Amino acid sequence: MNPQLDKDGNLRHLLEIEGLGRDRLIDILDTAESLLPLTERAVKKLPLLRGRTVVNLFYEPSTRTRMTFELAAKRLSADVLNLDVEHSSARKGESLLDTLRNLEAMHMDMLVIRHPDSGAAHFFATHADPQVTVLNAGDGSHAHPTQALLDMFTIRQHKPDFAALTVTIIGDIAHSRVARSQIAALRLLGAGEIRVVAPHTLLPADIDRLGVKVFTDIDRGLRDADVVITLRLQRERMQGADLPGSQEYFRHYGLSAERLALASPVAMVMHPGPINRGVEIASDVADGPQSVILQQVTNGIAVRMAVMALTMGGERPGERDLRV
Amino acid sequence: MILLDHQAIDNLLDGMADELSALLPASAVAPCAVIGIHTGGVWVARELHRRLQGRIHMEAEVGTLDISFYRDDFSRIGVNPRVQPSSLPFTLDERPVLLVDDVLYTGRTIRAALDELFDFGRPSLVRLAVLVDRCCHELPIAADVTGRNISPEHGERIKLSGPQPLELHLQEQAPGASQGDTSTP
Repeated sequence: MNPQLDKDGNLRHLLEIEGLGRDRLIDILDTAESLLPLTERAVKKLPLLRGRTVVNLFYEPSTRTRMTFELAAKRLSADVLNLDVEHSSARKGESLLDTLRNLEAMHMDMLVIRHPDSGAAHFFATHADPQVTVLNAGDGSHAHPTQALLDMFTIRQHKPDFAALTVTIIGDIAHSRVARSQIAALRLLGAGEIRVVAPHTLLPADIDRLGVKVFTDIDRGLRDADVVITLRLQRERMQGADLPGSQEYFRHYGLSAERLALASPVAMVMHPGPINRGVEIASDVADGPQSVILQQVTNGIAVRMAVMALTMGGERPGERDLRV
Repeated sequence: MILLDHQAIDNLLDGMADELSALLPASAVAPCAVIGIHTGGVWVARELHRRLQGRIHMEAEVGTLDISFYRDDFSRIGVNPRVQPSSLPFTLDERPVLLVDDVLYTGRTIRAALDELFDFGRPSLVRLAVLVDRCCHELPIAADVTGRNISPEHGERIKLSGPQPLELHLQEQAPGASQGDTSTP
C-alpha cells in the first residue's frame, strides 16, 4: 500500500516522488501553474485553507524551504505555527511520537516536517491521526519531494518537452535527498537522458539502480546538456575522508563559466540552495543569464501551495460528521 | 435535449444587451469591466461585450474568472488541477463591473466570484447578468438582468455548449452527481 494515498487513491501525504505516478505529478505542476498569477494581485491570498492549522516542524536548519512553506500556507489562509526545534522540548529528549501526539492535541491539520533521519516523514504519516496531512520537507538523504517538484516546474516553464532533454546533476549525489527526488521525478516525466557527475566517494552505493548515466569527468558529463543542476556539498552529512578541500573540489567539479560553455548554449543552470559560491558553482555562473536559481525560489511558493491544496482538499476521514 | 437553439439564444442576448445598456452608466468616466465566469459565463460575456460595443464605456477586453479556488465545497471535493487562471487585464478599483454567468442556480458560484473579485480590487458597483435563472437559489443572490427563467424538473441539469454556436441543453443528471451551478466545467 502506498502510504501517500488514502483508500480512494487521493493524495493525502507527500513523502516522496516514488509512487506518485506521472498523472498525479503533472496535476501538481498544473495546479501550481494556476496558482502562480496570485502574486500579481492586490490580495495575495486564497481562502482554501482558512481555519486550518499548519505546523512547520524543522529539526534541521532551513531558510528557503521553511519560509516558502510558511508563505504558501499563509497565502492559502492557513494559520501557521513554526516550531523551532532548537528551542523546543525535543531538545530535552521528547520523542517524535510524543511531539506528534502533542501537536495533534492542539488540533493541527497539516505537519510539514524536516528531519535529519531518512524515513522521519514516513514515521509521522504512519502514526498521525487519519485527518492529519504530512508533507516531507526533506528527510535525511532520502527525499525532498517538493524541491524536486519545483525543479520540474521550473524546467517545464523553459523546456516543456522532457523527452528531448539531457539533464546533468553535478555534486554530492550520495548525501543528496534532492538528487534522489529529482531523478525519480525526471524519470516519471520521461526525461531523455539523466546524467550524474560526482567523484566516486560522493556516489551512492545503489547508483546503478537509479537509471542514470554516471560520469566522474565533469567535462564529459556537461557536454550538450540542456539542464545543469548543481548540488551543495552536504558537509554536515559527510565523514571526514569523503572529500578534499573546497578549492580542490571546485577545480574538479565546480561549475565555472568555461565548463558551462560545454553544455548547450541555452542550457539552464539550477541549484536548490543554499549555494556555496566558489565551491560547487562560480559566482558569475550563479548570477549569470542562464541561471534560474531565484526563479526556483519563487516557484517553490506556488508548488508548495499546490501540494497543500491537493492534499488538504476533499473528504477527510472523521470530518463527515462534523459538517452536519 | 436542446432547450434553446443558437437563434433563440441570440435573441435573448440582444434583449439582455438592451437592458444592460440602460442599466450600466453609459457616460461613466471609468470604463465598465465585463467579466465572465469560466467556462460558459465567459462565452456569454463575450457575446454581450460584442453587443454593447459603442453603447457603453467598456474595457476593450473581457475578463475571465475561475472561481475554483473560492468554492465553498473545497473540503468536500478538493481542487480540480485543471483550473484556468483568472485573467483580469485591468484594475477593478472604482470601476463598474458587469459579472456574467451562464446559469444562476444555487448562487454559490456568484458568492465565490464576488469573493474573488474583491481580492483583485474594490469595484464601484457590480451588476450580475445571467443567460438562465433556474430554481432553486440557496443564497440571497439575484441577477440584475436575466435572459430566461427556467424551472427544470428535479434532477435535470441545464448546460450551455459553445462557444459557437451557443446552445442550451437539458440533461438528466447522472445518479449520485451533485450538479450545482458551481460545476459548470
